[in-house]
Amino acid sequence: MPLSLEEVEHIAQLARLELTDQQKTRYREQLEAILDHVAKLQELDTEDVAPTASGSVVEMPLRPDEPRPGLSQDELLKNAPKQEGGQFKIPPVFD
Amino acid sequence: MPSFTELSLIEMQTGLREGRFSSHELVEAALERIAALEPSLHAFLHIAADSALKQADEADHKGMAGPLPLHGIPIAIKDVLTVDSMPATAGSKILEGFRPPYTATAVKRLQDAGAIVIGKTNTDEFAMGSSTEHSAYGVTHNPWDPSRVPGGSSGGSAVAVAARLVPAALGTDTGGSVRQPASFCGVTGLKPTYGRVSRYGLIAFGSSLDCIGAFGRSSEDVALIFEIMAGWDALDATSVEKPMVSPSTSLHSAQGESIRGMRIGVPQEYFIEGMQAEVQTRTRAAIAQLEDLGAEVSEISLPHTEYALPVYYILAPAEASANLARFDGVRYGPRAEADSLREVFFKTRGQKFGPEVTRRIMLGTYALSAGYYDAYYGQAQKARTLIKQDFENAFEQVDLIACPATPTTAFEIGAHKGDPLAMYLEDVFTLPASLAGVPGISFPVGFDNQGLPIGMQLLAPHFGEDLLFKVTHIYQQVTDWHKRKPEI
Repeated sequence: MPLSLEEVEHIAQLARLELTDQQKTRYREQLEAILDHVAKLQELDTEDVAPTASGSVVEMPLRPDEPRPGLSQDELLKNAPKQEGGQFKIPPVFD
Repeated sequence: MPSFTELSLIEMQTGLREGRFSSHELVEAALERIAALEPSLHAFLHIAADSALKQADEADHKGMAGPLPLHGIPIAIKDVLTVDSMPATAGSKILEGFRPPYTATAVKRLQDAGAIVIGKTNTDEFAMGSSTEHSAYGVTHNPWDPSRVPGGSSGGSAVAVAARLVPAALGTDTGGSVRQPASFCGVTGLKPTYGRVSRYGLIAFGSSLDCIGAFGRSSEDVALIFEIMAGWDALDATSVEKPMVSPSTSLHSAQGESIRGMRIGVPQEYFIEGMQAEVQTRTRAAIAQLEDLGAEVSEISLPHTEYALPVYYILAPAEASANLARFDGVRYGPRAEADSLREVFFKTRGQKFGPEVTRRIMLGTYALSAGYYDAYYGQAQKARTLIKQDFENAFEQVDLIACPATPTTAFEIGAHKGDPLAMYLEDVFTLPASLAGVPGISFPVGFDNQGLPIGMQLLAPHFGEDLLFKVTHIYQQVTDWHKRKPEI
């Protein structure tokens, strides 16, 4: 399955990954090989087959939607690379 | 008395209860052996020596008043599971320095049962790999031959048990990451039924596939760990409550019990060209031995087996690409500084994710992207149904399935360098059960001519773990493969 360099760049954009030119070339080759292998799935007739989303065979129960205590603000901010005034600090979103 | 690190989980439990030794002695012996062997094995990413000794002293002080099943026993935890205030890296630079403020339910239950977490074990980055070579913190070495991989992704935990550093350890199995390293390292490893053990506190990889499993030296030891950590948890919506007979108790009463009349199916699709001949021979020999013990063995077919690999390598990366979107340098882990938030995302993720994780995020993003979703993700989900049906049909004819756990024994470090597809093929015998969500156990059934362990896999219907433990236990009563240990 041929993959163009532009497609590789598009995927990297969607996935928010900065790649070097060398990485783009390498991932292009490797992804092509993997896509060639998974193309095998196209030979299966799945017209009347329902999709499976999970390994579970049991229906998932619902729980009452009630507020309950969680982790404290301090605990949640403990690992932040930058914080200020009890919030995560980030650079500007818009220029 | 043998040295403390030689003792199995059950032997430690019994000895502590009878007051023959202290928890302090067990933990100290484990720490000494870890210190001596870590330079050559590198099974651990974090060793919690101080807190483990402190907990051991507390356990000794408390005594055996309340007979907790794991009271004072040291265990190791794969570094994709959180333990309050211990580092959790998932083998990745993107979580360097992260100390989660909560403990995974599976670990919490073991701690509540008295277990002492002695350290966090090495793993392929975000559990993506079959050798631990994809860990950002260096490869783990196989104790049977240090030039070879231990398997993966739970390689550190498998080695910790095989090298007698701890009697038991937790791993995770998304596509074979407990069963394959158990096989490569000559220990017993369980992947439970999907949903049987809560995933809360497991750093997610493929959420529809992820299972927390355990390594031990025997079926009995693994059964004890499993029954403590299994069960419904309010914090994981996919966890289920299924009443079960306590496997360790039933094993105890199964002494001398036979497997007469048990129907074991052998899938023809798991004996393929290109696999190591000795793996076939030893697996067939083990199956013949089960037959001698009274099992009714028959050939069966799981016709869609060959599609498991392509299905898995679409679904797991697709789920991973969504799960790993949360690592962006904002709330935890290191941040690559930049002038805009968008650049922070691109730089942090571009610099901190390793090559295999980047590859899978790219693959998954592609499979989910507009124009390709139906052809890849949709088709893979339908093919997953066919694989699941293969197992349903098989389990109408047989009680258990027996097959090799891996096509070969442990390969050389670097053998698949630069060839991701060759690495993916290592999982070809473990992927189908993961996709179907059924439980599997892997245990040693012999050695190849280089002295490397060979593992066999037993698979059961959903929630059939007790059957896996029973048959493995009966096999281990009449063989001693699981008692062999590497000379290190």
